Amino acid sequence: MPIPDRIERTIDLAQPPQRVWEALTSAEGLGGWFGDHATVDLRPGGTAYVEWDGEDFKAALTIVVVEPPTRFAWTWGIQGLAATDPRRTYVEFTLAPSGGGTRLTVVESGCAQVPDELLDTAYGGNVEGWRKELAELADYLHAAA
Amino acid sequence: MPRPDPEAVAEAVFAALAEPTRRSILSALAARGPMTATDLASQLPITRQAITKHLELLSAAGLVLAEPGERRRIRYRVNAAPMAMAQSYLAALSRDWDGKLARLQRSLDAPAPPPEGTDSTDGMEVGADGASAGGA
Repeated sequence: MPIPDRIERTIDLAQPPQRVWEALTSAEGLGGWFGDHATVDLRPGGTAYVEWDGEDFKAALTIVVVEPPTRFAWTWGIQGLAATDPRRTYVEFTLAPSGGGTRLTVVESGCAQVPDELLDTAYGGNVEGWRKELAELADYLHAAA
Repeated sequence: MPRPDPEAVAEAVFAALAEPTRRSILSALAARGPMTATDLASQLPITRQAITKHLELLSAAGLVLAEPGERRRIRYRVNAAPMAMAQSYLAALSRDWDGKLARLQRSLDAPAPPPEGTDSTDGMEVGADGASAGGA
Protein backbone atom coordinates (compact mmCIF):
# COMPACT_ATOMS: atom_id res chain seq x y z
CA MET A 1 0.00 0.00 0.00
CA PRO A 2 1.73 3.17 -1.17
CA ILE A 3 1.97 6.30 0.93
CA PRO A 4 -1.27 8.17 0.14
CA ASP A 5 -0.10 11.30 -1.67
CA ARG A 6 -3.54 12.82 -2.10
CA ILE A 7 -6.24 12.92 0.55
CA GLU A 8 -9.63 14.12 -0.66
CA ARG A 9 -12.88 14.64 1.23
CA THR A 10 -16.20 16.20 0.26
CA ILE A 11 -18.82 17.28 2.74
CA ASP A 12 -22.24 18.89 2.20
CA LEU A 13 -22.93 21.72 4.58
CA ALA A 14 -26.29 23.41 5.18
CA GLN A 15 -24.78 26.92 5.25
CA PRO A 16 -24.15 29.12 2.21
CA PRO A 17 -20.57 29.50 0.86
CA GLN A 18 -20.04 32.92 2.49
CA ARG A 19 -20.71 31.49 5.94
CA VAL A 20 -18.47 28.46 5.30
CA TRP A 21 -15.78 30.77 3.91
CA GLU A 22 -15.75 32.73 7.17
CA ALA A 23 -15.41 29.53 9.19
CA LEU A 24 -12.49 28.41 7.02
CA THR A 25 -10.58 31.66 6.88
CA SER A 26 -11.22 33.63 10.07
CA ALA A 27 -9.24 33.30 13.28
CA GLU A 28 -12.44 32.47 15.13
CA GLY A 29 -13.29 29.77 12.60
CA LEU A 30 -9.85 28.15 12.27
CA GLY A 31 -9.45 28.33 16.03
CA GLY A 32 -12.85 26.69 16.46
CA TRP A 33 -12.98 23.60 14.23
CA PHE A 34 -9.42 23.17 12.98
CA GLY A 35 -7.44 24.02 16.09
CA ASP A 36 -8.13 25.61 19.44
CA HIS A 37 -6.55 29.02 18.82
CA ALA A 38 -5.61 30.77 15.61
CA THR A 39 -4.35 34.00 14.14
CA VAL A 40 -4.80 34.66 10.44
CA ASP A 41 -3.12 37.08 8.05
CA LEU A 42 -5.58 36.44 5.24
CA ARG A 43 -3.75 37.18 2.00
CA PRO A 44 -1.66 35.14 -0.42
CA GLY A 45 1.75 34.88 1.23
CA GLY A 46 0.28 35.56 4.67
CA THR A 47 0.65 33.18 7.58
CA ALA A 48 -1.98 31.66 9.82
CA TYR A 49 -0.85 30.16 13.12
CA VAL A 50 -2.96 27.42 14.66
CA GLU A 51 -2.47 25.96 18.12
CA TRP A 52 -4.02 23.06 19.93
CA ASP A 53 -4.62 22.98 23.68
CA GLY A 54 -2.27 20.61 25.46
CA GLU A 55 -0.02 20.20 22.42
CA ASP A 56 3.43 21.63 22.14
CA PHE A 57 2.91 22.18 18.43
CA LYS A 58 2.02 25.34 16.58
CA ALA A 59 1.16 24.92 12.91
CA ALA A 60 2.25 27.68 10.55
CA LEU A 61 0.04 27.71 7.48
CA THR A 62 1.43 29.65 4.53
CA ILE A 63 -1.60 30.97 2.70
CA VAL A 64 -1.39 30.52 -1.05
CA VAL A 65 -4.85 31.15 -2.52
CA VAL A 66 -7.55 33.54 -1.25
CA GLU A 67 -10.51 33.68 -3.63
CA PRO A 68 -13.61 34.40 -1.54
CA PRO A 69 -15.90 32.57 -1.30
CA THR A 70 -14.80 29.72 -3.56
CA ARG A 71 -11.13 28.78 -3.10
CA PHE A 72 -8.74 28.86 -0.14
CA ALA A 73 -5.39 27.10 -0.02
CA TRP A 74 -2.33 26.87 2.18
CA THR A 75 0.84 24.83 2.56
CA TRP A 76 2.04 23.50 5.88
CA GLY A 77 4.72 21.25 7.30
CA ILE A 78 4.45 17.65 8.31
CA GLN A 79 3.87 17.16 12.03
CA GLY A 80 6.61 15.15 13.66
CA LEU A 81 9.33 16.38 11.34
CA ALA A 82 11.86 19.02 12.24
CA ALA A 83 10.72 22.59 11.67
CA THR A 84 13.57 22.91 9.19
CA ASP A 85 12.35 19.96 7.10
CA PRO A 86 11.61 21.25 3.59
CA ARG A 87 8.60 19.04 3.07
CA ARG A 88 5.23 20.81 3.03
CA THR A 89 1.86 19.55 1.92
CA TYR A 90 -0.67 21.62 -0.05
CA VAL A 91 -4.21 21.92 1.29
CA GLU A 92 -6.93 23.34 -0.94
CA PHE A 93 -10.57 23.99 -0.06
CA THR A 94 -13.15 24.43 -2.81
CA LEU A 95 -16.60 25.80 -1.99
CA ALA A 96 -19.46 25.25 -4.42
CA PRO A 97 -23.06 26.38 -3.89
CA SER A 98 -25.31 23.34 -3.51
CA GLY A 99 -29.01 23.90 -2.98
CA GLY A 100 -29.08 26.52 -0.25
CA GLY A 101 -25.87 25.14 1.22
CA THR A 102 -22.29 24.42 0.25
CA ARG A 103 -20.44 21.44 -1.11
CA LEU A 104 -17.01 21.70 0.47
CA THR A 105 -14.09 19.73 -0.96
CA VAL A 106 -10.72 19.54 0.74
CA VAL A 107 -7.68 18.07 -0.98
CA GLU A 108 -4.35 17.64 0.75
CA SER A 109 -1.54 16.64 -1.59
CA GLY A 110 2.16 16.06 -1.39
CA CYS A 111 2.08 13.73 1.62
CA ALA A 112 4.35 11.22 -0.10
CA GLN A 113 6.92 13.71 -1.37
CA VAL A 114 10.50 12.98 -0.45
CA PRO A 115 13.20 15.55 -1.10
CA ASP A 116 16.24 14.42 -3.06
CA GLU A 117 18.65 15.07 -0.21
CA LEU A 118 16.71 12.64 1.98
CA LEU A 119 16.80 9.96 -0.71
CA ASP A 120 20.52 10.52 -1.05
CA THR A 121 21.20 10.18 2.66
CA ALA A 122 18.71 7.40 3.37
CA TYR A 123 20.95 4.75 1.98
CA GLY A 124 24.10 6.77 1.58
CA GLY A 125 26.19 4.58 3.84
CA ASN A 126 25.02 1.37 2.28
CA VAL A 127 25.42 2.62 -1.24
CA GLU A 128 29.04 3.45 -0.44
CA GLY A 129 29.49 0.01 1.07
CA TRP A 130 28.12 -1.70 -1.99
CA ARG A 131 30.19 0.41 -4.32
CA LYS A 132 33.32 -0.65 -2.44
CA GLU A 133 32.39 -4.29 -2.42
CA LEU A 134 31.49 -4.29 -6.10
CA ALA A 135 34.79 -2.59 -6.90
CA GLU A 136 36.59 -5.28 -4.91
CA LEU A 137 34.65 -7.97 -6.75
CA ALA A 138 35.57 -6.38 -10.10
CA ASP A 139 39.25 -6.30 -9.07
CA TYR A 140 39.03 -9.92 -8.00
CA LEU A 141 37.49 -10.98 -11.30
CA HIS A 142 40.08 -9.03 -13.27
CA ALA A 143 42.85 -10.64 -11.27
CA ALA A 144 41.39 -14.09 -11.83
CA ALA A 145 40.99 -13.58 -15.57
CA MET B 1 22.06 3.52 -9.35
CA PRO B 2 18.28 3.30 -8.66
CA ARG B 3 16.90 5.67 -6.03
CA PRO B 4 15.30 3.97 -3.04
CA ASP B 5 11.53 3.83 -3.34
CA PRO B 6 9.92 5.79 -0.45
CA GLU B 7 7.36 3.07 0.07
CA ALA B 8 10.07 0.41 0.30
CA VAL B 9 11.94 2.58 2.80
CA ALA B 10 8.81 2.99 4.94
CA GLU B 11 8.20 -0.74 4.79
CA ALA B 12 11.75 -1.53 5.87
CA VAL B 13 11.49 0.95 8.76
CA PHE B 14 8.21 -0.47 10.03
CA ALA B 15 9.44 -4.07 9.69
CA ALA B 16 12.61 -3.20 11.58
CA LEU B 17 10.69 -1.42 14.33
CA ALA B 18 8.19 -4.29 14.70
CA GLU B 19 10.76 -6.33 16.62
CA PRO B 20 11.30 -5.38 20.29
CA THR B 21 15.00 -6.27 20.35
CA ARG B 22 15.69 -4.05 17.37
CA ARG B 23 13.77 -1.24 19.05
CA SER B 24 16.00 -1.70 22.13
CA ILE B 25 19.12 -1.55 19.98
CA LEU B 26 17.95 1.62 18.21
CA SER B 27 16.91 3.19 21.52
CA ALA B 28 20.31 2.44 23.04
CA LEU B 29 22.15 3.88 20.02
CA ALA B 30 19.89 6.95 19.98
CA ALA B 31 20.31 7.54 23.70
CA ARG B 32 24.03 6.84 24.13
CA GLY B 33 25.57 7.31 20.71
CA PRO B 34 27.58 4.99 18.47
CA MET B 35 28.48 1.59 19.94
CA THR B 36 29.95 -1.74 18.87
CA ALA B 37 27.96 -4.98 19.02
CA THR B 38 29.99 -5.87 22.12
CA ASP B 39 29.06 -2.56 23.80
CA LEU B 40 25.42 -3.22 23.03
CA ALA B 41 25.62 -6.79 24.40
CA SER B 42 26.89 -5.41 27.71
CA GLN B 43 23.87 -3.12 27.97
CA LEU B 44 21.07 -5.31 26.69
CA PRO B 45 19.92 -8.76 27.86
CA ILE B 46 20.81 -10.35 24.52
CA THR B 47 23.83 -12.26 23.23
CA ARG B 48 26.38 -10.54 21.05
CA GLN B 49 25.57 -13.00 18.23
CA ALA B 50 21.87 -12.06 18.30
CA ILE B 51 22.75 -8.37 18.37
CA THR B 52 25.02 -8.80 15.36
CA LYS B 53 22.18 -10.39 13.38
CA HIS B 54 19.82 -7.58 14.29
CA LEU B 55 22.43 -4.96 13.41
CA GLU B 56 22.80 -6.55 9.97
CA LEU B 57 19.07 -6.21 9.38
CA LEU B 58 19.00 -2.64 10.72
CA SER B 59 21.94 -1.81 8.51
CA ALA B 60 20.23 -3.28 5.43
CA ALA B 61 17.17 -1.15 6.23
CA GLY B 62 19.45 1.88 6.40
CA LEU B 63 18.50 2.56 10.02
CA VAL B 64 22.02 2.18 11.35
CA LEU B 65 25.28 2.97 9.64
CA ALA B 66 28.42 0.97 10.29
CA GLU B 67 31.45 3.14 10.87
CA PRO B 68 34.60 1.84 9.24
CA GLY B 69 36.77 -0.30 11.45
CA GLU B 70 38.13 -3.73 12.15
CA ARG B 71 35.33 -6.31 12.25
CA ARG B 72 34.77 -6.61 16.00
CA ARG B 73 35.40 -2.92 16.61
CA ILE B 74 32.85 -1.62 14.11
CA ARG B 75 30.69 1.00 15.77
CA TYR B 76 27.10 1.48 14.66
CA ARG B 77 25.20 4.75 14.74
CA VAL B 78 21.58 5.66 14.11
CA ASN B 79 20.73 6.98 10.63
CA ALA B 80 17.61 9.13 10.87
CA ALA B 81 16.86 9.67 7.16
CA PRO B 82 14.76 6.51 6.59
CA MET B 83 12.72 7.33 9.70
CA ALA B 84 12.01 10.81 8.40
CA MET B 85 10.72 9.19 5.21
CA ALA B 86 8.50 6.80 7.16
CA GLN B 87 7.13 9.80 9.04
CA SER B 88 5.57 11.07 5.81
CA TYR B 89 3.49 7.93 5.80
CA LEU B 90 2.41 8.36 9.41
CA ALA B 91 1.63 12.03 8.84
CA ALA B 92 -0.64 11.20 5.90
CA LEU B 93 -2.57 8.79 8.09
CA SER B 94 -2.80 11.17 11.03
CA ARG B 95 -4.14 14.26 9.25
CA ASP B 96 -7.66 13.28 10.39
CA TRP B 97 -9.70 15.34 7.93
CA ASP B 98 -12.78 13.31 8.89
CA GLY B 99 -12.56 14.49 12.48
CA LYS B 100 -11.80 18.08 11.51
CA LEU B 101 -14.63 18.33 8.95
CA ALA B 102 -17.07 16.86 11.48
CA ARG B 103 -15.99 19.60 13.89
CA LEU B 104 -16.50 22.21 11.16
CA GLN B 105 -20.00 20.91 10.49
CA ARG B 106 -20.84 20.93 14.21
CA SER B 107 -19.55 24.47 14.67
CA LEU B 108 -21.57 25.71 11.68
CA ASP B 109 -24.71 23.95 12.88
CA ALA B 110 -24.39 25.45 16.36
CA PRO B 111 -26.71 28.42 16.88
CA ALA B 112 -25.06 31.63 15.72
CA PRO B 113 -24.01 33.92 18.56
CA PRO B 114 -26.03 37.12 19.00
CA PRO B 115 -24.75 39.93 16.78
CA GLU B 116 -22.29 42.17 18.54
CA GLY B 117 -23.22 45.81 19.02
CA THR B 118 -19.82 47.30 18.33
CA ASP B 119 -18.06 45.53 15.51
CA SER B 120 -14.40 46.35 15.11
CA THR B 121 -13.42 48.41 12.11
CA ASP B 122 -10.61 46.19 10.88
CA GLY B 123 -12.92 43.80 9.12
CA MET B 124 -12.97 41.04 11.75
CA GLU B 125 -15.39 38.30 10.87
CA VAL B 126 -17.93 37.38 13.53
CA GLY B 127 -20.20 34.44 13.70
CA ALA B 128 -18.24 31.39 12.61
CA ASP B 129 -18.18 29.63 15.90
CA GLY B 130 -18.50 32.19 18.66
CA ALA B 131 -16.92 31.05 21.89
CA SER B 132 -16.18 27.42 21.11
CA ALA B 133 -17.40 25.31 24.00
CA GLY B 134 -14.86 22.69 25.09
CA GLY B 135 -15.07 19.78 22.72
CA ALA B 136 -11.37 19.11 22.33
